[in-house]
Amino acid sequence: MCLAIPAKVISVDGTTARVTIEDVEYTASLLLLDDVKPGDFIMLHAGFAIEKVDPQEAAETLQLLLDMEKNLPN
Amino acid sequence: MKFVDEYRKKDLILSVAENLRAISRKEIILMEVCGGHTMAIHRFGLASLLPSNIRLISGPGCPVCVSSQLFIDKAMAYSKIPGTIITTYGDLIRVPGSSTSLEKERAAGSDIRIVYSALESLEIARGNPEKNVIFLGIGFETTAPATAATIIKAKKEKISNFFVLSAHKVMPPVMKALVEEGVKINGFIAPGHVTAITGTSIYNDLASVYGLGVVVSGFEPADLMQAVLMLAIQMESGTPKVEIQYQRVVHYKGNIIAQQLLDEVFVHSDDSWRGLGMIPDSGLKIRENFSSFDAEKQFTVNVPESVEPKGCICGQILRGIKTPEDCTLFAKKCSPSHPVGACMVSAEGTCATYYKYRS
Ligand code: SF4
Repeated sequence: MCLAIPAKVISVDGTTARVTIEDVEYTASLLLLDDVKPGDFIMLHAGFAIEKVDPQEAAETLQLLLDMEKNLPN
Repeated sequence: MKFVDEYRKKDLILSVAENLRAISRKEIILMEVCGGHTMAIHRFGLASLLPSNIRLISGPGCPVCVSSQLFIDKAMAYSKIPGTIITTYGDLIRVPGSSTSLEKERAAGSDIRIVYSALESLEIARGNPEKNVIFLGIGFETTAPATAATIIKAKKEKISNFFVLSAHKVMPPVMKALVEEGVKINGFIAPGHVTAITGTSIYNDLASVYGLGVVVSGFEPADLMQAVLMLAIQMESGTPKVEIQYQRVVHYKGNIIAQQLLDEVFVHSDDSWRGLGMIPDSGLKIRENFSSFDAEKQFTVNVPESVEPKGCICGQILRGIKTPEDCTLFAKKCSPSHPVGACMVSAEGTCATYYKYRS
C-alpha cells in the first residue's frame, strides 16, 4: 500500500497537477509538495505527490551500480 | 518507464549479487519491513541471488494485514448505520472480519465504495450531502498525510458529512517492539516511501541503541540488491548505521510539509496490531481540534468481541517468526480467491506474495 510510482508532471494548476505514467494521465494533489513544475518527476501515492524524484541522485545511484558492474571481482 | 526500467536490468542486478558474494561472509538475517519490498523480492526472485549466508525475512509492513480484527469489525458496524457510505482503499473490503467482510456487507446492501484517494471520499461526501461518508483511514506514514490533508480541506470547505475512522499507524514503534520481543535480525531494509515522509531520524535508535543496520531502500530489484549489499558491508565492518540507498526520493529530513500536516491533525496513541497486540504510541488518532471529523467521536457502535480466523497464523508471520509455508491452510483452504486471513488478502501480504510466486 505504500507503493508510489514515478510520474511526469505535464501541467500544474494551483494545488493540483496533471501527470503521466506511461502515457496514461492522472491527477496528483500537490497538498503535500510544493515547488512542482511541468517536466518534474514526482512519486504518486494514493492520488498525492509525496516527493520529487531527483534526477541527479538517480543518475548517481545508477552510476554507482554501473561501476560495480565494471569492477566485478574475478 | 523512467526511473524504473533502469533499475531492472538483469546484468546490473547480477553484478550487485556478485559483489555481494565477494564481500559477505557473516551469517546475517535482514528484515524487509515493507510489503512492497516483500512483493518485489519475490517477484524478481532476489532471494535466490543472495549468498547462502544472507537470509531475508518479511515484517509487519502491510497496512491491510496489520489492521486489527476490531477495526474491521468496527468498520462493518459503521456500514450498517442507515444513511452511511463507507469509503475504503481496495483490499480492505475483502478482509474477513469476525463474522463477515465488508464485501459481503456490500452484497447485502450496505453502501461501501472503493476509492483510490482520500480526496475522492471527500468528493463523494460533497456529492451526497444527505448521507454521512466514513473513510476508513489505513496506512503508515506514507498514506496518513493524505488523510490529514483531506481532513484539513474538509474543514476549510466546511464539509460536515465527511468522517474518518483512523487506523493509521507509524512504523518505528513496531520495529522496536519486534526487536525487543527478540526477533533475531541484524538489520532492517527500511521502507522507502515511509521514510520519504518521515526522514531517517526515526531509525537512529535502532542503530545506536540496538546495534542494527538500517538501509532505506527503493523498490526496484537493483535498489533492493544494493540495499542488501550496503547492509552486508555494514555487518562485515561491524559498523551498523542508518543509510539511504533510495537517494533519488528520500532525504534525511523527509517531507516537512507532510510531517507538519500529520502533526496538525493526528496525535500518537497506543494502537492494536494484528498478531502483535497493543503497541504503545504506534497509532495515529485524530486530534480534538478535528474531532468533528472523527468517526469514533461522532458515532457509537456496538462491536461484539472480535475473533481471529481459526488456524490462521498471520500474526506470527507478521512478526517474522513463521512463514506462510508453516500454515496448514496455506494454498489449501486459504488462497487469494478465498482468503482465510488478512495476510492472504492484500497483494503485498506475505501469504498472498508467497502464493503468487510459489514454485
Ligand atoms: S495462509 Fe491464510 S490462514 Fe494461513 S496464515 Fe496466511 S492468511 Fe492466515
